[in-house]
Amino acid sequence: MVTFFAKRLGWSVFTVLLATVLVFSAIQSLPGDAATQLLGQNATPSAVATMRQQLGLDEPPVSRFFTWLGKALHGDFGNSLVGGGSVAGEVGSALVNTSLLAGITIVIGILLSLVLGLVAGLTRDRWPDISISTLALVGMSVPEFVVATVLVLLFSIYIPIFPAVVIAGQNASLADLLPSVWLPAGALICVLAAYIIRMMRTSVIDVMDSEFVRTAILKGNSTSRVVFKHLLPSAMLPTLNVIAMNIAWLVGGVVVVESIFNYPGIGTLMIRSVQTRDLPTILLITVMSALTYVVCNLLADFAAFLLNPRLRYPRNSK
Amino acid sequence: MSAMTTAPAPKDAAPTGPAPKSPGSFGRVVRSILKSRAATFGFALVIVNIVVAVLAPVLTSYDPIATDAMSALQESSGAHLLGTDALGRDTLTRTLFGGQYALAISFTATGLTVLLGSVIAGIAAYRGGIVDDIITRVLDSVLAVPAILSMLVVVTIFGTGPWVIILAVVVVYTGGVTRIVRAAAMDVMPKDFITAAKARGEGMFSILFREVFPNVLDIILVEFAMRASWVVLLISSLSFLGFGASPPTPDWGLMVAENRNLMAVVPLATLSPIAALASLIVGLNLAADGLAKSFGIDRMKEVLG
Repeated sequence: MVTFFAKRLGWSVFTVLLATVLVFSAIQSLPGDAATQLLGQNATPSAVATMRQQLGLDEPPVSRFFTWLGKALHGDFGNSLVGGGSVAGEVGSALVNTSLLAGITIVIGILLSLVLGLVAGLTRDRWPDISISTLALVGMSVPEFVVATVLVLLFSIYIPIFPAVVIAGQNASLADLLPSVWLPAGALICVLAAYIIRMMRTSVIDVMDSEFVRTAILKGNSTSRVVFKHLLPSAMLPTLNVIAMNIAWLVGGVVVVESIFNYPGIGTLMIRSVQTRDLPTILLITVMSALTYVVCNLLADFAAFLLNPRLRYPRNSK
Repeated sequence: MSAMTTAPAPKDAAPTGPAPKSPGSFGRVVRSILKSRAATFGFALVIVNIVVAVLAPVLTSYDPIATDAMSALQESSGAHLLGTDALGRDTLTRTLFGGQYALAISFTATGLTVLLGSVIAGIAAYRGGIVDDIITRVLDSVLAVPAILSMLVVVTIFGTGPWVIILAVVVVYTGGVTRIVRAAAMDVMPKDFITAAKARGEGMFSILFREVFPNVLDIILVEFAMRASWVVLLISSLSFLGFGASPPTPDWGLMVAENRNLMAVVPLATLSPIAALASLIVGLNLAADGLAKSFGIDRMKEVLG
């Protein structure tokens, strides 16, 4: 088990590194750089050259990448080419805001979808299942911006209880953001829940058909004991991967939803940095998102080990 | 779909050994889809969307682009069934035309993605060893970059033409397709008819297209239907964010972006494109479910790719 995770960890580090290289080289091929972007179209060539030198853009790309990497490993992600402030600080405060949004989404979304998936699986082909499955299908089929738009129509216009946009700016405190976090979170939950509900339903049905659950029922166990002791751990297993993947997907959904609600998080920052070619900021965001992706996958593997004793023996592990 | 159906029929491979696993004859697949009400409904929705997009100019007498300030912001009426937007354009007309951009780009992009993903997967499975390792690792890293960031980068490098969006989709989704098709192709590789083809001295691409792909066609088709639903989602989101279709193109994502600030005044101008978009994606999802079921594929496993 230790070697398995050591190997997994090694590949994860490699994945994050390679993802950074890919984004770095893609940004290199963007027309224009931060210097031209900052000075505007009317800048004289010499002004642009000076600016490039100041920003360190005159070095060859490969050496710039390794300079960046060396500093990054020491926790120094450089300064924003546009704002001038430290990238770590800027991304950090955006990350705190996004964590509030993502945290609420993940906690409510996963609990809700596990319960709904369980109910749907247990009432297979009867009305609770049919209504939950239909809702999940709709959730899979509408983009975040549509859910967000409909929620605004319902809860900001028809029944005005939530603000339609976040007015507090980049420096808003979490308390400022709390009233306006619910609509964006709602939009994300709808999209996040759909696949988890489906997966949970499928695996609940699979496990219900299995012999050990039938035995547990025939032994005269109470329904709740069968569900929580026998059914849930097995049904959760395949669902874990879907949960991990959906959390990683959340990074993408966050971009759209944040920009709709003007929510001062990572997504809004990402769009702005791509527009201004702010390489250090983009790189740090890439590192953070790639980390989220690999950590989610590692956690899913680890949880699978905890839930499935069979995996603990190397003979059966992949 | 055309990119996939042009692959040679399985019967080309028949004389080379024991009959390969047949993904089911076309007739049987159609019958099993027609048996499921949900799948039939899904295919019907997709077909209706395609027909409406193609026939849009015949179905309405209004111009989707020409503005008419005199009839701006109208509610539903006899002249404008679904009302008009801020520039006086007929909402129904723009909704009918709105599928053209999404459908054309999504289907082209999905076709190319599935084709490229399958070829890369085939090469990885055929060559194995270090080639396979390198391909798997690089694609894993591409998957670790959030889709929307990759798309934004591609769009910023190349501008926002239709082909750029298609390229961006290919960049984002090829990795997932490759992972799924590779796993399926790996199962086919050790079969006798592949060994026979190698012994006959056939080249790699000939083996891939004549022996391997026909035998994983079921996986590839489900992959196509499922990716298509995601691609439509992604492309409409891009249009919504202002990186996709540019005004005054009638496009669902763009229409929602244009009209949502006026939602309190003319809700239909926002809700109509939303309903149309949802109908297309629900259709694609049901179709993917139906295909997966009739081929006996676990669709949730596909999602994990």
